[in-house]
Amino acid sequence: MSASAKSFLNGQCVSRSSIPVLAPQAFREELVTGSQNGARICEMFALPDGPENKLIIALKAHDDLGRLTLISTRVRNNSEFPSSSEYLPSVQAMERALYEDHGLKPLGHPWLKALRGHPDLSHAPSIPHPFLQAEGVGIHEVAVGPVHAGVIEPGHFRFQCSGETVHTLEIHLGYQHRGAIAAILAADPKFRLAVVESLVGDGAVSHALAYTTIVEGLAGCSVPVRAKMLRTVALEIERISDHVGDFGALCHDVGYLPGGSWCPRLRGDIQNALGVLTGHRFGRGYVVPGGVAVKIDYAAVRELDLILGNFEKEFLQVASVALDVPSVLLRFEGTGTLSTADAKMLGILGPAARASGLDIDARRDLPPPGCSNANIDVAVFPYGDVLSRARIRVEEIKHSIAAARGLLQELPEGPQLAQCTGSTPNSVAVGIIEGPRGATTHIGVTGSDGQLVDYRVVEPSLLNWPGLAFAMRGQQISDFPLCNKSFDLSYAGHDL
Amino acid sequence: MVEVIIHIVLLIFGPLTLLGFIDRVKSRAARRAGPPILQRWYDVAKLLRKGAVYSRTTTIFFKAGPMVALACTAIAALLVPLTGDKAPLSFSGDIFLFSGLLVLGRFAMLLAAMDTGSAFEGMGASREAAFGAMAEPALFLVLLVATMPCGDASFSTAFSQMADTGGLTRDPGLLLAAIAFGAFLVTDLARIPIDDPTTHLELTMIHEVVVLDHSGPDLAFVTIGYALRMWILSAIFVHLLIPVPSGAPLLAVGTMLAGQFIVAIGVGITESVIARLRMTRIPQFLIAASVIAAIGILVQFLGVA
Repeated sequence: MSASAKSFLNGQCVSRSSIPVLAPQAFREELVTGSQNGARICEMFALPDGPENKLIIALKAHDDLGRLTLISTRVRNNSEFPSSSEYLPSVQAMERALYEDHGLKPLGHPWLKALRGHPDLSHAPSIPHPFLQAEGVGIHEVAVGPVHAGVIEPGHFRFQCSGETVHTLEIHLGYQHRGAIAAILAADPKFRLAVVESLVGDGAVSHALAYTTIVEGLAGCSVPVRAKMLRTVALEIERISDHVGDFGALCHDVGYLPGGSWCPRLRGDIQNALGVLTGHRFGRGYVVPGGVAVKIDYAAVRELDLILGNFEKEFLQVASVALDVPSVLLRFEGTGTLSTADAKMLGILGPAARASGLDIDARRDLPPPGCSNANIDVAVFPYGDVLSRARIRVEEIKHSIAAARGLLQELPEGPQLAQCTGSTPNSVAVGIIEGPRGATTHIGVTGSDGQLVDYRVVEPSLLNWPGLAFAMRGQQISDFPLCNKSFDLSYAGHDL
Repeated sequence: MVEVIIHIVLLIFGPLTLLGFIDRVKSRAARRAGPPILQRWYDVAKLLRKGAVYSRTTTIFFKAGPMVALACTAIAALLVPLTGDKAPLSFSGDIFLFSGLLVLGRFAMLLAAMDTGSAFEGMGASREAAFGAMAEPALFLVLLVATMPCGDASFSTAFSQMADTGGLTRDPGLLLAAIAFGAFLVTDLARIPIDDPTTHLELTMIHEVVVLDHSGPDLAFVTIGYALRMWILSAIFVHLLIPVPSGAPLLAVGTMLAGQFIVAIGVGITESVIARLRMTRIPQFLIAASVIAAIGILVQFLGVA
């Protein structure tokens, strides 16, 4: 079957008619056996197929080959299709979203609960669904949120504990649902980028890059070398900024003041660097289809290089001090362990996956055509605990700084913006960018006039939230904030 | 009589200022300007002017908690000598009243926390009760080391005799007692490495989560009670380390104040350089404290013999 599915590269577009349509059972077989053979299911979504049918499309990534494939199956509106979740837990959230968004019921889904539970998404009959419940002597339930003591996004966490030990954690999200996909589709193409950049506040560059990858793929335009390099620098600075923030927050959560006060200051520096490069401290409005929107002169490049150099020196000092203090190590080491097997099963992405021994990084595995970071060093730790997730961030900051400074050094003269107009009709284009939290996947679908008719966003948090729930099993409930911080997941990116 | 007045004046003006001083030490260690040293006074004044919000599920226990706790701490504060003279209240066996009052105050707060019916506060109450109980042996062993040489279980007698005989310089057991008492102090006051007084993460809190539902004047009482507890515990700590001269009130008060602010600097610096313990490690920490105090008794016993 897979021979008929045409494989393509990240950033390419394929015609909708070339996607093989399988029978529902064969579709499930293909998903399950495909992932046993090393493929990763990035997204499942549904498109209308005539007035009475829907086409469920799945995007598979073959990280080892650097190729992507699309397969699909045809089902009648509001009908059922065989669920793969039981064999392939990484798609459970996608199937729940299909049920919620389109009323297509995944038959045999072990936990068919609304993913976001928002009234706007009520295509599925709204059946009240219980929380996971443990029973027994001394078992008690702790409910946290959606309103929290700190100024953070809303999410509900339901713990089943006996004493201080957590048996299970169920994470219920959806409070941040803003109708982002509808807003992207409804927006004037000129302003679409602004909507995409506000999907996840600290991931503006990576989401913008995923979107422009799609637009460029559909237009068939190529990005000038200088722009590719500048975009990559912005992407890496965004990663550094998020990682240093997380590292500081991890220190802060265990009450280690030096890390907790130094890192936010350093994050300010690095955001200023992004400001020097892009004119915006979160990098908004910088990446545009065809290149980058802001010119940079030699003096600014020198300044950027200087900021990055100083930052590296200071950050490595903080990191080596913090990860050398016994009291900090005592808290980080062995806390919230996510095994490699569990991480693989749940389809964990990004730094969390690499800290659990999964060697995946979309920068290297699925290099996007509009960037130049394919030869980045990828750090992997096998242990999967909080310490690994802290150390992976330190390593990635080092690699990102080296990459960004290298690119700035070699920055060629030339145009930074190419013409990028037109669009291929009846196509599907994919843009995958390794953002700070992992592979940020966007999918654009065009209609007969070349305009977007559907748009999908998979923020890595969608797949990583269950990873947090697994990491908490058997842990102390008082370690939950620390574990949560070590994954650093986005609520808005999940709820869209 | 003058000593009693000085004692009361110290109890009124010292505690909140000491707390503000610790905050200042911590912010300076982090290179921040930090709040004014009198910030805690402003906070308490503000809270006292506010109204309190009571959950419909709470009863009289919830309202009584902060008041009972503050009253207990205030009485306990009269038992610890601060001026080199006898404390305003002192009798043979007052160390037992002291520790009983500390426990009663905590018990009142735990009842108030359980009264809210919230999962968080129940959890915090169970933690506070468990760690409080585990810290108790350390406290008693320390008090034993302090009072055994004079043969009178009273703070006033013990500390004045300690001053006369040279305290730490003659009795190395007191050093071990002071170390153990330091561990008791950070546990009882919920400071790092046991608890983080500044955290907003409700699941990690021990002491803070117990008072989560209190507001307005009740929260002011909680804050004053906490500051007072810190003041008297650090006073005992100072007594164990420095023989505060008796009979010279000015010198004694000076030594006392200097000692207490040095303790505050110590607490601030400690909180600035180490992280919190994982909760499962806290019992080990407290058992270690008790063992150290027990060794103190042994040292004293062998030394005397």
